Amino acid sequence: MSLDPVLTSQGAWRPASAIAKAVATQQVSALDVVEVALAKIERHNPMLNAFTEVTADRARATARALDAAIAKGETVGPLAGVPFAVKNLFDVAGLPTRAGSKINRDRPAASRDATLVERMEAAGAILVGALNMGEYAYDFTGENIHDGASRNPHDITRMTGGSSGGSGGAVGGSLVPLALGSDTNGSIRVPSSFCGIFGLKPTYGRLSRARSFPFVASFDHLGPFARNVEDLALSYDAMQGADADDAACTTRPVETVSPLIGQDIGDLRIAAAGGYFQNNLMPEAREAVASVIAALGVTETVELPEVARARAAAYLISTIEGASLHLDRLRKRAADFDPAVRDRLLAGAMVPAPLVDRAQKFRRWYRARVLEIFQTVDVIIAPATPCIAPKIGQATFELDGVELPVRANIGIHTQPISFIGLPVVAVPVPLDPMPIGVQIIAAPWREDIALRVAYHLQQSGIVAAPHAKAFQ
Amino acid sequence: MTDTLSDYIDAVASALSLPIEPEWKPAVRINLELSLRMARLVDEFPLPDESEPASIYVA
Repeated sequence: MSLDPVLTSQGAWRPASAIAKAVATQQVSALDVVEVALAKIERHNPMLNAFTEVTADRARATARALDAAIAKGETVGPLAGVPFAVKNLFDVAGLPTRAGSKINRDRPAASRDATLVERMEAAGAILVGALNMGEYAYDFTGENIHDGASRNPHDITRMTGGSSGGSGGAVGGSLVPLALGSDTNGSIRVPSSFCGIFGLKPTYGRLSRARSFPFVASFDHLGPFARNVEDLALSYDAMQGADADDAACTTRPVETVSPLIGQDIGDLRIAAAGGYFQNNLMPEAREAVASVIAALGVTETVELPEVARARAAAYLISTIEGASLHLDRLRKRAADFDPAVRDRLLAGAMVPAPLVDRAQKFRRWYRARVLEIFQTVDVIIAPATPCIAPKIGQATFELDGVELPVRANIGIHTQPISFIGLPVVAVPVPLDPMPIGVQIIAAPWREDIALRVAYHLQQSGIVAAPHAKAFQ
Repeated sequence: MTDTLSDYIDAVASALSLPIEPEWKPAVRINLELSLRMARLVDEFPLPDESEPASIYVA
């Protein structure tokens, strides 16, 4: 059986819709597609360290069942046979949900998959494994003291970004065409930027977080990574829908975006983010934003109010809610944490309560002001990261002439956006030798608009997921 | 040197039953100082008394 319907001549995955069509029409079996993914993982994962668990038996069994259903003439979903993997904070039945930690490995195995895993598989996708991540998602680097660092497929001496580092590496290295991750302060958008792929952080509350390990309840989002906008939209559509098992999940009806992404964008009012978002950028980040702005013909700049304070409030709420989540583990197993995570959480437990309340009140104020801006614009363009991927282990970098710690500052442009739950598509600008991302930000519940702009940029050739030459 | 922040860390650690090994304390302190700098930025911003916190709860 030829694999041409699912792989390019370079050995990269074709779009998910093409894979699904080939599987549904029996040009290729789901089992063959799964075997391709498993072979890629076996060959390349020792270098990339993206996967922490490979669910090969489960994937083969799912693929055989799908192939049997197709042989009987049953209708299959839009992701039929498409391999995907999930950050290891998603529950996968039969595995303890480690969330990048040592401590969680002692938890009992999950008895049921996370809602989003169930929905992806209901659409025909096939789970092939769980992915490396920064401990408890409190991370922007993709490094992990227990499992080792995720490695960037475009340069394995560099970070993937985090905390969804394995998700970035697995899709950036074409081990799988789709992956899921989480984004609290930037953990989908940062790895997308560093690994040169597309990532969608939906509106807060859009996608169910049920049966995923939390970090900061106020800001936790889940979303997909892909190598093109169509796949991002297809997987997002498959995962939408209310879920009583997540208190924050919206009851809005499903708003399917895939049929909309090709719409003309001439009616959209697009502006660049000014002020704060034009500072603390290395030349590559400026170049990437400039190329996107030029491609879209953007002439207007909007300035979000009090962005530095928004980032500060996001930092505070994260450290406090994270400390609250882990308080008992800090009491009983403090020595088993990554020290860098533990020490931040211990400090978070000591922030006085009135400051938390003020941060949440400021959050509502900031949200109202930013929503006023969306009365006059539909899309805001901003950098995703201040730099291309730093070297693994790199402690500091220089931004605007100031030496700053890497870990605390990678997310300075993503934090003020997730703080109020705006939907964002991170699009990769394929600079050479390393790609870097740009944020396409829309008003709440307008993922469709952000995806339309991303698709337009993709079709114009300005943004693309570059092939990682070493991992074909 | 009087070190009220160090005393504060010890007091809160005791009140919350958080075990902090002596060698961890300098890093905890650095992180707390950073959090308090961030908090000052938020604290300095005037908000009306009627401000409501952001919340995900809907009755």
